[in-house]
Amino acid sequence: MTDDKDVLRDVWFGRIPTCFTLYQDEITEREAEPYYLLLPRVSYLTLVTDKVKKHFQKVMRQEDISEIWFEYEGTPLKWHYPIGLLFDLLASSSALPWNITVHFKSFPEKDLLHCPSKDAVEAHFMSCVKEADALKHKSQVINEMQKKDHKQLWMGLQNDRFDQFWAINRKLMEYPAEENGFRYIPFRIYQTTTERPFIQKLFRPVAADGQLHTLGDLLREVCPSALAPEDNPTPKRQGLDVQACAQKMGKKRTK
Amino acid sequence: MPDSVLWAVDLFGRVYTLSTAGQYWELCKDTQLEFKRVSAATQCCWGIACDNQVYVYVCASDVPIRRREEAYENQRWNPVGGFCEKLLPSDRWPWSDVSGLQHRPLDGVALPSLHWEWESDWYVDENFGGEPTEKGGWTYAIDFPATYTRDKKWNSCVRRRRWIRYRRYKSRDSWAKIPSKDDPKQLPDPFNDLSVGGWEITDEPVGRLSVWAVSLQGKVWYREDVSHPNPEGSSWSLMDTPAEAAQISCGPHDLLWVTLWEGQALVREGISRNNPKGSSWSVVEPPTSENGIMHVSVGVAVVWAITKDRKVWFRRGVNSHNPCGTSWIEMVGEMTMVNVGLNDQVWGISCDDRAMYFRQGVTPSELSGKTWKAIVAGRESDRSHSGSSLSLLSAGCFFGDEVRGSGESCAPSDTDASSDAERPGPDQPVPAESLDCPGDPKGSSASGPGTSRTTEHPAEVASPATQTPRPEPRPGPACTPAEVPWTNIDLKEPKKTPSHPLAGLPETTGLSSLEVLPLGLEEPYGADDHPLWAWVSGGGCAVEAHSVLKWFSVQLGLSPSVQTLSLSITPAQTAAWRKQVFQQLTERTKRELENFRHYEQAVEQSVWVKTGTLQWWCNWKPHKWVDVRVALEQFTGHDGARDSILFIYYVVHEEKKPGVRRFRSRVWTWHRLASHAVYIHVFLNEVTALVPVLNEAKHSFALYTPERTRQRWPVRLAAATEQDMNDWLALLSLSCCESRKVHGRPSPQAIWSITCKGDIFVSEPSPDLEDPAHPLPCDQMFWRQVGGHLRVVEANSRGVVWGIGYDHTAWVYTGGYGGGCFQGLASSSSNIYTQSDVKSVYIYENQRWNPVTGYTSRGLPTDRYMWSDATGLQECTKASTKPPSLQWSWVSDWSIDFSVPGGTDQEGWQYASDFPASYHGYKTMKDFVRRRCWARKCKLVTSGPWLEVAPIALGDVSIIPESPGASGNGHSVALWAVSDKGDVLCRLGVSELNPAGSSWLHVGTDQPFASISIGACYQVWAVARDGSAFYRGSVSPSQPAGDCWYHIPSPPKQRLKQVSVGQTAVYALDENGNLWYRQGVTPSYPQGSSWEHVSNNVRRVSVGPLDQVWVIANKVQGSHSLSRGTVCHRTGVQPHEPKGQGWDYGIGGGWDHISIRANATRAPRSASQETAGERSGEQGLPSGPAQVAGALQESLGPVCC
Repeated sequence: MTDDKDVLRDVWFGRIPTCFTLYQDEITEREAEPYYLLLPRVSYLTLVTDKVKKHFQKVMRQEDISEIWFEYEGTPLKWHYPIGLLFDLLASSSALPWNITVHFKSFPEKDLLHCPSKDAVEAHFMSCVKEADALKHKSQVINEMQKKDHKQLWMGLQNDRFDQFWAINRKLMEYPAEENGFRYIPFRIYQTTTERPFIQKLFRPVAADGQLHTLGDLLREVCPSALAPEDNPTPKRQGLDVQACAQKMGKKRTK
Repeated sequence: MPDSVLWAVDLFGRVYTLSTAGQYWELCKDTQLEFKRVSAATQCCWGIACDNQVYVYVCASDVPIRRREEAYENQRWNPVGGFCEKLLPSDRWPWSDVSGLQHRPLDGVALPSLHWEWESDWYVDENFGGEPTEKGGWTYAIDFPATYTRDKKWNSCVRRRRWIRYRRYKSRDSWAKIPSKDDPKQLPDPFNDLSVGGWEITDEPVGRLSVWAVSLQGKVWYREDVSHPNPEGSSWSLMDTPAEAAQISCGPHDLLWVTLWEGQALVREGISRNNPKGSSWSVVEPPTSENGIMHVSVGVAVVWAITKDRKVWFRRGVNSHNPCGTSWIEMVGEMTMVNVGLNDQVWGISCDDRAMYFRQGVTPSELSGKTWKAIVAGRESDRSHSGSSLSLLSAGCFFGDEVRGSGESCAPSDTDASSDAERPGPDQPVPAESLDCPGDPKGSSASGPGTSRTTEHPAEVASPATQTPRPEPRPGPACTPAEVPWTNIDLKEPKKTPSHPLAGLPETTGLSSLEVLPLGLEEPYGADDHPLWAWVSGGGCAVEAHSVLKWFSVQLGLSPSVQTLSLSITPAQTAAWRKQVFQQLTERTKRELENFRHYEQAVEQSVWVKTGTLQWWCNWKPHKWVDVRVALEQFTGHDGARDSILFIYYVVHEEKKPGVRRFRSRVWTWHRLASHAVYIHVFLNEVTALVPVLNEAKHSFALYTPERTRQRWPVRLAAATEQDMNDWLALLSLSCCESRKVHGRPSPQAIWSITCKGDIFVSEPSPDLEDPAHPLPCDQMFWRQVGGHLRVVEANSRGVVWGIGYDHTAWVYTGGYGGGCFQGLASSSSNIYTQSDVKSVYIYENQRWNPVTGYTSRGLPTDRYMWSDATGLQECTKASTKPPSLQWSWVSDWSIDFSVPGGTDQEGWQYASDFPASYHGYKTMKDFVRRRCWARKCKLVTSGPWLEVAPIALGDVSIIPESPGASGNGHSVALWAVSDKGDVLCRLGVSELNPAGSSWLHVGTDQPFASISIGACYQVWAVARDGSAFYRGSVSPSQPAGDCWYHIPSPPKQRLKQVSVGQTAVYALDENGNLWYRQGVTPSYPQGSSWEHVSNNVRRVSVGPLDQVWVIANKVQGSHSLSRGTVCHRTGVQPHEPKGQGWDYGIGGGWDHISIRANATRAPRSASQETAGERSGEQGLPSGPAQVAGALQESLGPVCC
């Protein structure tokens, strides 16, 4: 997949139309208009909502403003989940645009991490990348990179620059020609139905008999329930769809 | 790397080959004979058959082995009858050889053996040193022997002419018997062992081999005159030996070892280019006195030996200077024989199960390798037998219909693995047997304890494979406990599970494990399922460190399931998935975005900047590398189109340079430098080429724009590391391609070119490129790089593209793009393959004569360096000379190059009166200096959209340009080539779908050729090595090879070197850089009438299907500098003005080759066409650098060699 620019671009430029509304209990000086945005699926909420924040702060008193947080139908949205993941997990069946409620008060300490600045997002993102590379290349690739490469990777994400991001990320996605793939596939499976935040296991890309694993094999092994016959999603289809978009984060998401 | 084969003989005398690309042993095509021994080289295999006769098997090739026989007809003039056969009594024979000393009537010239046939009848040679002769090929002289001329003069008293006839070696792909050496008067003394080697000693004659043999009485014989054109050799010569020899091994180079019946080894000393038979013997004692050496095998720098107790030994310290080596090292494993092949790779046959092993991990730095690994390849015969029953996995009937006859007598059960088992058939002669296994009575059980001391159960002693925990069958502790790749373990599973009763199959577990099989199971297998090997020869088998061999794992007959599994994800499936994924993504985008496009983007598209530190070759004097900051900014326009600017910031300490703007306030981190920092910038949509310039010291690249091309002064930037440079190159090139909307594979009309570094560039022709009125200036053409490394590339408009590497390997374009340093996004995901190339680096050793000491390396103070380059200006010592760039690495040691022009003496010296002068290969009284050339090979490994067309190496290639408007109409694409040896070849079966074609058709010539070109109307022109041209008559789709050659003299006093034919135009290039146009070519007289001079200063010419003429010019002066090797376009070429009028200069500086023969794109018709003739006059005249006024600094182009 890493060499298929069309797919990569489509994944990268995935956008979710979103309508932000201020929570009704927030005290405002005048009525707050909803704010409409196209959110990049591969980014993080707190990274791309500067405009939202600015928009609503205009109608609020300075003293009422504290850390912003988001919620969808009562569920606080974890900023450290990619936007696409949050949407697929919580709202994919609802009508678009995605209605997100904006809060400035009562930060749900037990549900959410604080996000004091974009440095926190960066730290989280880089740790995900590093974890993924540990699985893929025993961290060799990420460790061989220079600081500026890490920065470029991050800046690429932050500024939504596909080329900038992929100029570096392709190195993370390569493996020696003589091998059949990464050492392990970095993935996480998120489910709404369970208490566990996600499933994560060591999983080799190639089966013991030399056969390449598919996403279906992975799901069969780590999450058979996802393949329950009743909803019968063809795992490859559903999976590959999100796999490409998620692999760079070191995660794979399914509902 | 082309496939090569390993030769082996099984116990029944059947000869098998195993390809490096295959996984099955294939039975030798000629199965008439059974063999005791084989010894292979790449092009042939020698063997001793069970009739004790020697045979040679010459592998088939598309190029025939042909030799010319010639005879001279001599005549003398007399006043009565004019020239007649009546000669003076003192004269030579009327029919003679070239010297006149030997009588040689035409009907007296016989074929040397049954294996030759005549190609045609005798005919007169009418070509006299490149010039055609008149009057039946006669050449005239005053008297015999004298200088002959083609013109008859008043004093021409004698004349002669040459008759030619070709014979062809016909016994290819079959065993040809070599006449016995035996004198009928003496008792027969059959050969006992034989070894082929010595192909690296010298290149002359081509394919020269040393063939050594040992007779039963212990005598050593040498076969004289064995070479590619004379595969049988001429006669056997007896060599003196101090004792009776038992076995012999000859390495590719100068190693030759012989084992003696007494157990010592004899080493031949003094083998060299001038004396391939060597001069003297030395004795090497066996490792231990009680167990003598039984078998020895040598490579380039290694000697392996087997002693009588079957132990394997490696000789330490062996090289050309010390062929005896220093000491023995015992290796693990017990073998009956070992054989060293190409690259010093080693194969062995184990003594207890007769399985074949390959020594893994043999590298130049670790010649002794790491472990023995069993070759478990099946046999072709097994496959064909089992082919019908692939699904019957557990039936065990794969082997049911095997022919059992001869095998049954020696069923390979353990009890039989005694001396009886070694004697497979009654026809196996005793002598061979006794050498095979002198210590044989010990049998397997006796040797067992030696093999596996860890075993406890005597019954299983001989089955070390079942003892070891590892799955691979290895001869006991032979395998050092090296790590076993996990895939091997895992691959094992599916083999065993589905075929449970087959679990003990001998292929995997070794012969001896048969004994542990349940009794009832023995029957279905028969005796013949596991090859029992007697002999192996790797002399024709090229395995390199990175070679991937399929010999060790998956085996048909055992695990078709594995095969199907590993193929379970087919390319078609992948493509289907991709399509599906892409479709879903598109649907997703539609679903989630279609109605919301008016929404604001969360992240505003900002300018993206890649910044970095590079070095820049500064624009003004003194030119030097200066550190610069570099930034790439990309903007996305409202239409989604992207544009990029490259900024190069440098610091100046003096006043502003003209043409450089002040740094404006920008928010870069180095803004503190603002007061001193200035920048130049380049719009990437103006960039016409990005050229990597790798040399020993710098990773740099050159960036051209039309303006910079005219200046001959590109922007040159250097990065600190290769990776850094590749990143920048890939990124900049991607940006350039994007801004020009150039994507994917080059179009079939693309123009291909190559720099002197072997880098490949391709340009999409714009429709107005060949507009006769207003052609696009060719400095505006955009060139992008394609991965790979080539010397020649030729294309045609049906998308067939061929290339030739520096090592003459032929390559065909696969349709991919990228590769090389362009990876990831800039490269196609498929059709990219590893490509390697080899070239030689030359340095010269110079010496001056002085009266006291003769020639020494002490020169005069004014002399050149005593070790120098060819010019003598640069000092180049063996130690200091490095490969041309960091991409290259040495693959050989320095060796004397004897093939330099002018000839050499036996030590490679060339003599001259002084430096620099013309050198000759013999010493005269007046020669005070001498030099010799040393060559060292280096190799580059890269990747690109190229696949090798094995096995014939090429010197030139030409593909038919398709006439504009002509449809492909189903004909295959005509493709002609000249092999590196000068054979003319015509490729059959070339099409868009199969650009590599299927096979070569050899086209006979009377001399080696150098260059070839086929025009759009099937006019084939060629240039022979003597510098004259030839036209091939009657070539057509139905007669692809034509019928005969017409000799066309070269322009006066010039030797042609290249020819190119377009639609109708024929251009040729001579060795002095003159470009010639063939005048008077008409359909009825396609040979034309004369050569007309067009231009000098030309290095390479390419004429296209529109008769457009493009060349590589030697030197072109720009406003800032001069570039060598520049792409130029002939302007003003019109039907009534086919020679054109001037040149338009394009990209340059190190360009070596161009092919515009794919571009048949005519300019859209325009009104301006009428005025075309007038306008073209304003272009400049053909110009050498001397004609350009205002010559500025003369410096080499950036990529100049």
